[in-house]
Amino acid sequence: MSKQKKSLLEWIDERFPLTATWKAHLSEYYAPKNFNFWYYFGSLALLVLVNQLLTGIFLTMNYKPDAGMAFASVEYIMRDVDFGWLIRYMHSTGASMFFVVVYLHMFRGMMYGSYRKPRELLWLIGMAIFFVLMSLAFTGYILPWGQMSYWGAQVIVSMFGAIPFIGDTLSNWILGDFMLSDAALNRFFAYHVVTLPVLIVVLVFVHIIALHEVGSNNPDGIEIKANKDPKTGIPVDGIPFHPYYTVKDIFGVIGFLIVFCGIIFFAPEMGGYFLEDNNFIPANTLQTPDHIAPVWYFTPYYSMLRAVTVNFLWIDAKLWGVILMAAAVVIFCFLPWLDRSPVKSIRYKGPYFKTALTLFVISFFVLGWLGTQAPTPLYTLLAQIFTVIYFAFFLLMPWYSKIDKTKPEPKNVTK
Amino acid sequence: MTDSSDNRKMSGRRRFLLVTTSVAGAVAGVGIATPFVRSMMPSERAKAAGAPVEVDIGKLEPGMLLTVEWRGRVVWVLKRTPEMLQNLEKLNAQLADPDSKREQQPDYAQNPVRSIKPEVLVVEGVCTHLGCSPVYRKDIAPADLGADWLGGFFCPCHGSKFDLAGRVYKAVPAPTNLVVPPHTYLSDSRLLIGSESKESA
Repeated sequence: MSKQKKSLLEWIDERFPLTATWKAHLSEYYAPKNFNFWYYFGSLALLVLVNQLLTGIFLTMNYKPDAGMAFASVEYIMRDVDFGWLIRYMHSTGASMFFVVVYLHMFRGMMYGSYRKPRELLWLIGMAIFFVLMSLAFTGYILPWGQMSYWGAQVIVSMFGAIPFIGDTLSNWILGDFMLSDAALNRFFAYHVVTLPVLIVVLVFVHIIALHEVGSNNPDGIEIKANKDPKTGIPVDGIPFHPYYTVKDIFGVIGFLIVFCGIIFFAPEMGGYFLEDNNFIPANTLQTPDHIAPVWYFTPYYSMLRAVTVNFLWIDAKLWGVILMAAAVVIFCFLPWLDRSPVKSIRYKGPYFKTALTLFVISFFVLGWLGTQAPTPLYTLLAQIFTVIYFAFFLLMPWYSKIDKTKPEPKNVTK
Repeated sequence: MTDSSDNRKMSGRRRFLLVTTSVAGAVAGVGIATPFVRSMMPSERAKAAGAPVEVDIGKLEPGMLLTVEWRGRVVWVLKRTPEMLQNLEKLNAQLADPDSKREQQPDYAQNPVRSIKPEVLVVEGVCTHLGCSPVYRKDIAPADLGADWLGGFFCPCHGSKFDLAGRVYKAVPAPTNLVVPPHTYLSDSRLLIGSESKESA
């Protein structure tokens, strides 16, 4: 039996590099031995992606992408389909948790300088995944065709209308109509279930290939490949991903699933943050809800969009808001070149960087909270102040990271 | 071996073939993309929908707002009271475009009250910022909108403010006044929205 098994593996290996792939990416992929809590979120993001793909397939079996039927078909899934409620809540909670783990994953990269050389491209591929994820979230949120689906989409699509000259034609092209209607719902469904999932899966694959080419960063921000055992050629500070980190990640998965199930079973709407109250009302094209806000993961950017109230140069406030909002997302792509610190990790960076990162996190949360609130003059002013802080973190980084007082990096990774 | 010199000799011809096949490939690519890109534009059915709408405003009381749907968009018909009309002028200093200079209305509505009949305002209830539908707030000086609020439209999405002629305030996200759609009166109380021709649909 064992001989037969071995020969089967050999038969495959002669035709497909199965053992070689297993070794290169798992059993002989050497990751730094000092990974901490923050290193759970990459594998958790993968888990949530699989959750979204699986639950998504089952939702399409009962959902109808038709402006007249969409809302009712979602309610049908919730009430009449066996376990339909569970599958839908897994999908809707998964969407929010996707952003939770991705934001934490990105924050990890910012803390430990994971975007620095030689991982610039890895970071950019990750940003591409983030853009696709945002598009997936947006197109997915439209599908139930509730009030927030409709008016949220109205706001986002109107942004394209702000582009000079081609804006109107572009938004008609995006919508397939002169207003948001059935045509748009139908095509956003196509993007949500075909185009974007294929894209995100390919990008995640490329992200992992790029990671395994350059090797993982670690909380100390030093290159373990610079210190290899002369005999074996294996990094002194490295341990094989399998079994060490597969086991660690399974532990993380258990912790995550406890939280995830807790939300699904006890607070699937999360007090209106994961599923907004107004989205339980069918879309009404004649009435905007009194209070409209995007789902929580978009609120920081939404705050910036409406923070701009002044025309500047020849561009009006509306277009500036859209530009600023886009810039707030895209600016992460420049991090590898904005950071001029001699060290990567926050452990060895000085007080300037630590203060800047703290202020950035605060501004992200404050903007996020403001985005859920109705606009008042005071809130608009606060949004303006924190928008400036948000951008200052990035734009001033070349200076404060350079003059900051850093500590020397160790030769080996620490605890 | 004469490879390198041969390559050099061939390079002009090879480059020519490379460039021509690349250009031909690019042209074919654009050609193939065209039907797909065009298929996403509004269809003939979508273009055909959009007939004018006739509204009876005979029963509209002063101060009342009527919401009409035209081309899937919200159109408001507001019958303004004499006080409302008087208040319009007081606001001029606070507005971005008090004289309606930007083309957000047909010529016949480019006047201080932005309407054909002074008391009847016809505007699209679509915020010129990002397309939300503002809320009609006729109450004077409410707590949330400030003591100098003389009635108007408030957009809950991003806080844009418009007066009762659909004129936008300064320092709000919306850049322009609300759009006045083409409209005409078929009789004293019959309003046609979406067409300027008296021959009714």
